[in-house]
Amino acid sequence: MIELLQQYGQAFLWSDGYNLSGLAMTLWLLVASIVLGFLLALPLAIARVSRKRLLRWPVQFYTWLFRGTPLYIQLLICYTGLYSLEAVRAQPLLDGFFREAINCTLLAFVLNTCAYTVEIFAGAIRNIPHGEIEAAQAYGLSGWRLYLHLIIPSALRRALPQYGNEVILMLHATSLAFTATVPDILKVARDANAATFMTFQAFGIAALLYLLLSFLLVGLFRLAERRWMTFLGPTRG
Amino acid sequence: MNDLLHSFGLPVLDLQGFGPLLLQGIWMTLKLALLSMLLSIALGLFGACVKLAPLRWLRLLGAGYTTLIRGVPDLVLILLIFYSLQTWLNELTDLLGWDYLEIDPFSAGVATLGFIYGAYFTETFRGAILSVPRGQLEAATAYGLGPLKRFRLVLFPQMMRFALPGLGNNWLVLLKATALVSIIGLSDLVKAAQNAGKTTNDPLYFLVLAAVVYLLITSLSNLVLRRLERRYNTGIKGGLLP
Amino acid sequence: MNQTAYAMPADPAGLCTQRLAQPLSVAGTALHKLQVEDLHKRYGDHEVLKGVSLNASSGDVISLIGTSGSGKSTLLRCINFLEQPDAGRITLDGRTIALRQTRGGTTVADKAQLQGLRTRLAMVFQHFNLWSHMSVLDNISMAPRQVLGVPAREASERARAYLDKVGLPARVAEQYPAFLSGGQQQRVAIARALAMEPEIILFDEPTSALDPELVGEVLKVIQTLAEEGRTMIMVTHEMGFARQVSSQVLFLHQGRVEEQGSAQILDHPASERLQQFLSNRLK
Repeated sequence: MIELLQQYGQAFLWSDGYNLSGLAMTLWLLVASIVLGFLLALPLAIARVSRKRLLRWPVQFYTWLFRGTPLYIQLLICYTGLYSLEAVRAQPLLDGFFREAINCTLLAFVLNTCAYTVEIFAGAIRNIPHGEIEAAQAYGLSGWRLYLHLIIPSALRRALPQYGNEVILMLHATSLAFTATVPDILKVARDANAATFMTFQAFGIAALLYLLLSFLLVGLFRLAERRWMTFLGPTRG
Repeated sequence: MNDLLHSFGLPVLDLQGFGPLLLQGIWMTLKLALLSMLLSIALGLFGACVKLAPLRWLRLLGAGYTTLIRGVPDLVLILLIFYSLQTWLNELTDLLGWDYLEIDPFSAGVATLGFIYGAYFTETFRGAILSVPRGQLEAATAYGLGPLKRFRLVLFPQMMRFALPGLGNNWLVLLKATALVSIIGLSDLVKAAQNAGKTTNDPLYFLVLAAVVYLLITSLSNLVLRRLERRYNTGIKGGLLP
Repeated sequence: MNQTAYAMPADPAGLCTQRLAQPLSVAGTALHKLQVEDLHKRYGDHEVLKGVSLNASSGDVISLIGTSGSGKSTLLRCINFLEQPDAGRITLDGRTIALRQTRGGTTVADKAQLQGLRTRLAMVFQHFNLWSHMSVLDNISMAPRQVLGVPAREASERARAYLDKVGLPARVAEQYPAFLSGGQQQRVAIARALAMEPEIILFDEPTSALDPELVGEVLKVIQTLAEEGRTMIMVTHEMGFARQVSSQVLFLHQGRVEEQGSAQILDHPASERLQQFLSNRLK
């Protein structure tokens, strides 16, 4: 166990000597996919609850597609599937993008978490009491103003518990990155296992790191909920 | 007809001889999902009872199980349990002086997935049991029903109504999680698609095909679940914004 | 509607609300602040309003009374187009809101005109409809800032002044609505309406959702506003209160104005239906 830590401790935490690895890589994957997924999900969620079918249906189709299939398949399609196309390799820009494993991985992660986030935000928007929206209309807010000042701030707060859950699930999902050779925590654990045959210890350390990260995220979201969700009232606070 | 579609450059359902392999993969995926579902439901019911037990150490045990399992990615747990299980079994047989026992990957897969998702079902069932109004059980007690009858006739049927959405959700997550077992070498749908893709040099086609199969299963499941939920709940609104 | 034409008054309490000189009437008759003419509204086969008219002059307090389902709330909600009337005319300060026929009825043709109308008519709802994720202060100052363009500091100063005016202590400013009693919430909602410095305030059963012991505090605030000479249209079930403050009472029955007049009609109803309605109320 001690040798394992001596030999692989650094790789588990931040670097394998050449590149970012382990915890640092996992965190980078998580932050990048969560931030990009959030930014994409916001406008898509608004389209998802639109009265206009032409806006609503494409988004509905997208979330159905990505929530109905395993992330692993999505990752495989992004990583091995798309690059097998002649058209992709012929285009220098696409070729450059899909050649890098980390790009393919992030693409799959972003598209996947975005689909779930869209549905969470759309649900939160639908949960805003209709009277509050009506009051805003009666006071002259309409169009983008209605969204900017009422619907989005209210929905984001309401979505916090489920969104926190999605972030933790996304943390767990990043462990798939090793299948695309991205050196995250689990990749280091597998390398350590292959080299030392200390199966339980190698994967145990990985599990412990993920567990700590999960607890940290749970704590952070609890704080956020206390800060931004008290408005729901004394009984819920 | 196929030639016609080909001439338009449209993809055609041409399995290039991999039909049986893919069918086996689908069957493996379904078997795995259903059996682990059954195992995790059993574990979940048991776990929920443990978590609601009057004994403190039992409750702590239950809490430890659900917290640890739900705090660690399922893929990590799959690798950890799957690879460690054989090691532990070897040590155990050595200790008892038995012959070498090899776990077949399928049973190990079912056990692993069942154990992991048992933690999620525990939380679902615990929440559902707590949602049944206390008065219901009190009334059953007042009319002289024993503990088993109370559970079978009053608690269980009422609890299932609250548990149904969570059950459905867990089933979908579990189904998608079975895709991970290809990583530990089980020949499920994903593995079959990967193999076919490698041999034919057309991975995208077979991966998309696998995705479509998953979509079909999840969409069908969703449809059934929504039917069931509508049967158990009425008057749920789903309006759109102005 | 040119919004900038309506300068915001300087005093935060809005006690001497500036009013524009009333435009000259085209027809030469005395002009009302707000005219509602022959309003029709149907939901499917059910006709809720069968041609209702109403005239409000500056300083009028008009009470709309009637059984539930008589169309009084619908009438109020049609006035600021939370509901789209199927036919009829609404005129504010001599300018009729242009309507456009659509498949489902009518809509306001000019979005800017609708916006202008809504900033000049403030509404107080039965269920308060305060924005639950905003503090009390933000609830009151949000629309003035975002819709009227009042600078942030001025808007929050104004909000605090109106909070004081409706009799709430300064400390509630930072609280969320869910932590207040129903009576307090409705008073915040009235402060929110006042902060728009509106020309007319619409009250939709402002005390119906309140516990009986909280009704008094809200009515007191509304009474103060009536005494200041504010123009108000109010759907209410509080007959005693209506008698006290109203300059006009409209009794609606099955989508028509059955009887209308001064508050006197509540003591001396002419129609049989109003008599019946009032005697049922007393029970």
